[in-house]
Amino acid sequence: MTLRTRRAVFLLAAAVFTGLLLWGFGGLPHFGTFQGAYGVILDHGAVPERHITDVVTAVNFDYRGFDTLGEEFIFFAAVVGVTCILRAQPDEASGHIADYAFGRAVPPTSDAVRVLGLGLTPPTVLFGLYVIAHGHLTPGGGFQGGVILATGVLLIYLAGELDDLHGLYTVPALERAEALGAAAYIAIGLAGLLAGSAFLQNVWPLGRVGHLLSAGTVAPIDLAVGLEIGAGLVLLLVTFLHQTIVLRRTR
Amino acid sequence: MTYLPYAVAAWLFAVGLYGVVTSRNMLHQIISLSVAQASTYVLLLSVGFRTHATAPVFGDVPPTRTAVDPVVQALSLTDVVVGATVTALLLAIAVQVHKRTGSLDPEGPAT
Amino acid sequence: MTVLETISLLLVAAGGTCVVAVRDPLRQAMLAGFFGILLAILFFILQAPDVALSEIVVGAVAMPLMILVSLAKIRGGER
Repeated sequence: MTLRTRRAVFLLAAAVFTGLLLWGFGGLPHFGTFQGAYGVILDHGAVPERHITDVVTAVNFDYRGFDTLGEEFIFFAAVVGVTCILRAQPDEASGHIADYAFGRAVPPTSDAVRVLGLGLTPPTVLFGLYVIAHGHLTPGGGFQGGVILATGVLLIYLAGELDDLHGLYTVPALERAEALGAAAYIAIGLAGLLAGSAFLQNVWPLGRVGHLLSAGTVAPIDLAVGLEIGAGLVLLLVTFLHQTIVLRRTR
Repeated sequence: MTYLPYAVAAWLFAVGLYGVVTSRNMLHQIISLSVAQASTYVLLLSVGFRTHATAPVFGDVPPTRTAVDPVVQALSLTDVVVGATVTALLLAIAVQVHKRTGSLDPEGPAT
Repeated sequence: MTVLETISLLLVAAGGTCVVAVRDPLRQAMLAGFFGILLAILFFILQAPDVALSEIVVGAVAMPLMILVSLAKIRGGER
């Protein structure tokens, strides 16, 4: 089947599909009139019941914590997949660690980039830790804060070279940190079982609304998820960078 | 006009799918796939929206204020990060395919 | 529906079309980052600050970086 035939068949099928989709969407309630009962119950009940002010984080780590555990394992599996796929092939070997470009000289890192990178790294890491720790109070949580933490670490590579980044950690340490985050999530869930209740039940003291030490198990789970996402994303990006900058083909 | 968000979600999905089907470069395919993923976020958040309602964060507003649905936001939030990681997996596969076969064309030898 | 919501939805639709229409992966990476910011603005307008924060950090930082590094690896081996 040539490309043109395939394109024609696809356009026909897409037209029918989009028509059916829009007809189905026509049966949805009007935009702005949400009628689900679960959302209303959660909005009104989460704050007095769990002493938490960010209801989205409560849904993620308390009411539907089991689903978030599944999502976290998708992340874990994807990172494992990337590190397995991007391993050194038999015809590649570690070369000199330096940025390179074929056919032209690599310009040195400009001073503006250096200053900005070095200046922005501590505030970014601090901001990432803040977003993770305050996930149950303000918009944020483990997922967002973990990515911000990874960004802060990568600013060091932008400001300098991959060698500077390598001095911060070792790949086994990153892998252990990621595994620790995933295991801590399960361990906190098991605490619910040990207390005689369900898995991932919120059994720790709830504290006062609006304070940092509140909402029971949500805050420790937030920290565990932040650790895992942060370490996993740094591992992911370091694997890509290692692939591009360090490994050279030995013909 | 009240069905514009749903139409935009359907359009994004169709456009992303068109990009995947008619692409000659694997990286272009992967980025079009992420556009199709974005359509699901738009649909979910539009379904949960309520006019004149506030965000479901009650740090500074009393909990008796009407707020939008928090469940669909929880779904989209984890999906954004996990979707990017799965895209990274696809990119790694594309890099290795290029190493083995020397070409990024998903159709194989040029037809 | 307010004007703000309409404009942001139309911008998102246009941004998605542009990302697919551009065929060169390097330009597409930049456009994908910009599309992520447009999506984040839409999510803010739809009263979803958590999702918007997620989309900003992922779509503006992690995604373009991964695409660019993959592209560098592929282009480096080509010549």
